Amino acid sequence: MKELLSGNAAIARGAYEYGVTLAAGYPGTPSTEILENLSRYDEVYSEWAPNEKVALEVGIGAAMAGARALVTMKHVGVNVAADPLFTAAYTGVNGGLVLVSADDPGMHSSQNEQDNRYYARFAKIAMLEPADSQEAKDMVGLGLEISEKFDIPVMLRITTRVAHSQSMVELGEPGAREIKQYAKDVKKNLMVPAFGRLRRVSLAERLAKLTAYSESAPVNFIVKGSAKTGVITSGISYQFVREVLPDASVLKLGLTNPLPVELIKQFASCVESLYVVEELEPFLEEQIRMLGIKVTGKELFPATGEFSQGLVRRKFIEAGVLPARPAAENPLAGLPAAPPRPPVLCPGCPHRGVFYTLRRLKLTVTGDIGCYTLGGLPPLEGIDSCVCMGASIGMSHGIDKAVPGLRGKTVAVIGDSTFLHSGITGLLNTVYNGGDSTVIILDNRTTAMTGHQDHPATGRTLKGKEAPEVDLTMLCKALGVPRVEVVDPLDMAKLKEVVQTEVAASGPSVIIARRPCALLKRENRPAVTVDPEKCNGCKTCLRLSCPAISVTDKKSAVDPNLCVGCNLCVQVCKTGAMKGGNACA
Amino acid sequence: MLKPVDVLMVGVGGQGTILASKVLAAAARAVGYDVKVSEIHGMAQRGGSVVTQVRLGEKVHSPLISEGEADVILAFEQLEALRWLSYLKPGGAVIINDQQIYPVPVLAGEAEYPAGIIEQIKGKINNVLVLDALRQSIRCGNAKAANVVLLGALARELPIEEEIWREALAATVPPKFLEVNNAAFTAGYNSRSL
Repeated sequence: MKELLSGNAAIARGAYEYGVTLAAGYPGTPSTEILENLSRYDEVYSEWAPNEKVALEVGIGAAMAGARALVTMKHVGVNVAADPLFTAAYTGVNGGLVLVSADDPGMHSSQNEQDNRYYARFAKIAMLEPADSQEAKDMVGLGLEISEKFDIPVMLRITTRVAHSQSMVELGEPGAREIKQYAKDVKKNLMVPAFGRLRRVSLAERLAKLTAYSESAPVNFIVKGSAKTGVITSGISYQFVREVLPDASVLKLGLTNPLPVELIKQFASCVESLYVVEELEPFLEEQIRMLGIKVTGKELFPATGEFSQGLVRRKFIEAGVLPARPAAENPLAGLPAAPPRPPVLCPGCPHRGVFYTLRRLKLTVTGDIGCYTLGGLPPLEGIDSCVCMGASIGMSHGIDKAVPGLRGKTVAVIGDSTFLHSGITGLLNTVYNGGDSTVIILDNRTTAMTGHQDHPATGRTLKGKEAPEVDLTMLCKALGVPRVEVVDPLDMAKLKEVVQTEVAASGPSVIIARRPCALLKRENRPAVTVDPEKCNGCKTCLRLSCPAISVTDKKSAVDPNLCVGCNLCVQVCKTGAMKGGNACA
Repeated sequence: MLKPVDVLMVGVGGQGTILASKVLAAAARAVGYDVKVSEIHGMAQRGGSVVTQVRLGEKVHSPLISEGEADVILAFEQLEALRWLSYLKPGGAVIINDQQIYPVPVLAGEAEYPAGIIEQIKGKINNVLVLDALRQSIRCGNAKAANVVLLGALARELPIEEEIWREALAATVPPKFLEVNNAAFTAGYNSRSL
């Protein structure tokens, strides 16, 4: 039976069919739906870890003990998990271990565009790159086999357009979920220097065997076409090439680390001109050049952003491989430009008032990763920086220690899930080193940006079971923070007062701004109405950046279909024109 | 030989483009099409401009539609029709929901919502169908079925029988909303341009 599945759903299905016993990960676009889909199969145990490093360590443990394991994360998550990854290549596995890295060319939902194929090469592990959902599912099975046969972790590297595109997948029957025998073997698993040196040599031998296998791996194949033009490609770029050059010869690489050197040489010798089409970095191109093969790659195709068949076609026209199209007149000339429609915080979002307040208080705000990063955009403009998960707290401490002029004028903002992911150690550092920072935990009781995943402070697991709920106040106190305040971020007067007090206080302090995500918990509150007699058109309410509020002809209006009655606008209105229900006004 | 068709569904996060693409994919599969669907999640949603790309053919390679390639643009909102219009192929059809949703830069007075979008598009493109899907869906009993009104209008443009669409709809929406959705589909299927 065939089904239309996203790449992520197909990977989950693969884990189910190919005997995975345990799966772990941390949510991150475009990887999140893998575990969400997998959690529906009762046969596979799956969990959200607080961060990617823990998730991978859980997977390494399961694999060492003999189970097949799948670990999922977005590309930047692999940075967090890099420490165990590099040494897991030395120890190898017992049961198969597949790490899914979901890269995001074009940065649809990410802070950078790193090409994680280099991680496979750097960490010396095998790598598979699917080009559609069927391959994504199949490569889970192949990856587990390779992992066990060559005693090595395998990276399944996908990109946004593989993860979030749906294509047809042939479903198979689930195989047995076998657990291999575990035998204590310290020379393999205890990486002290003496044993590490042995495994270092072993790793080189394992990679050599893997290279030999790569030459005949069924996922590295040639689509025979004209000898005039040859293209080497992998992943989603393969689809663009097939679409644009249906007659060209194509070497499609599915196993991209280590590369099939002989196959590449043979292919290159059979075509007149050779191109490499790959998104992001010249990962294949540089290795092919090192074989002494003449090839056109990044001199033609961009090393930044996402590809499409339109871009690939344009570039092959530029190279003279395809005939130029006659320049047509633009039929749309003269149409007005469409103003941008950037993403915004939702109506009723509990973060909105925090950023409004921080901006009003003219504080320097180090931000973090989550929906709330949107609080940095105009007109809220309540955040100065965003680097990575957890960075807000360390950065705020750095400012505090190094620049006296900003001391006492800086706060860090971080979400609840992000704080548990990698904020705890930052806060510990601030306390330990006598810092003065104020940290605001934007506690909306979920991992909102990626679609409301549970975490250790929500009281639920990925499988929907009840779980112990971390008490953030007690956690911060246990880290040594003397001042911890909990406020409702919809009560703006109280919020402002607490922020002013804590910023002025010496020593570290934490403000927990607690209110569930507006999409998670629908509050039954009446929509705000505007008294046009009282509205003087000052537009102060617009500074809240609420999609429900508009001003036409110098009068504010609130869209009752969008407004959820959070009453922030009622609180900022200077003329008393906005009338709310009774929530927090 | 099945005629390849590329459909671009554009709108604003929360308007129901994903459900519409599911029904289209199910109907297309029922008549033997290979189907690929591509969408965007995460930061790119949150009230931002959203696009779902649906490609049908004997064998579909790329899941994406490039500029100048879409046979049909199904726009759930006027400004989004304008934004994505360059994706239409010469001679392609545009179906536009009459609705206007102001983006925050417009609400904040930093940008203008262009006036007369529909008239201007009609001046450039021959095959334009405009409908008030929101009003029609309310008449059918549920404002949330505006997406299915639009789907009904799309059905007229594609080489798939009405019967097949109805079955795909029934297989996709929850049973308790089927009656409303069937009525919404009919309204869209029989609609004439405003």
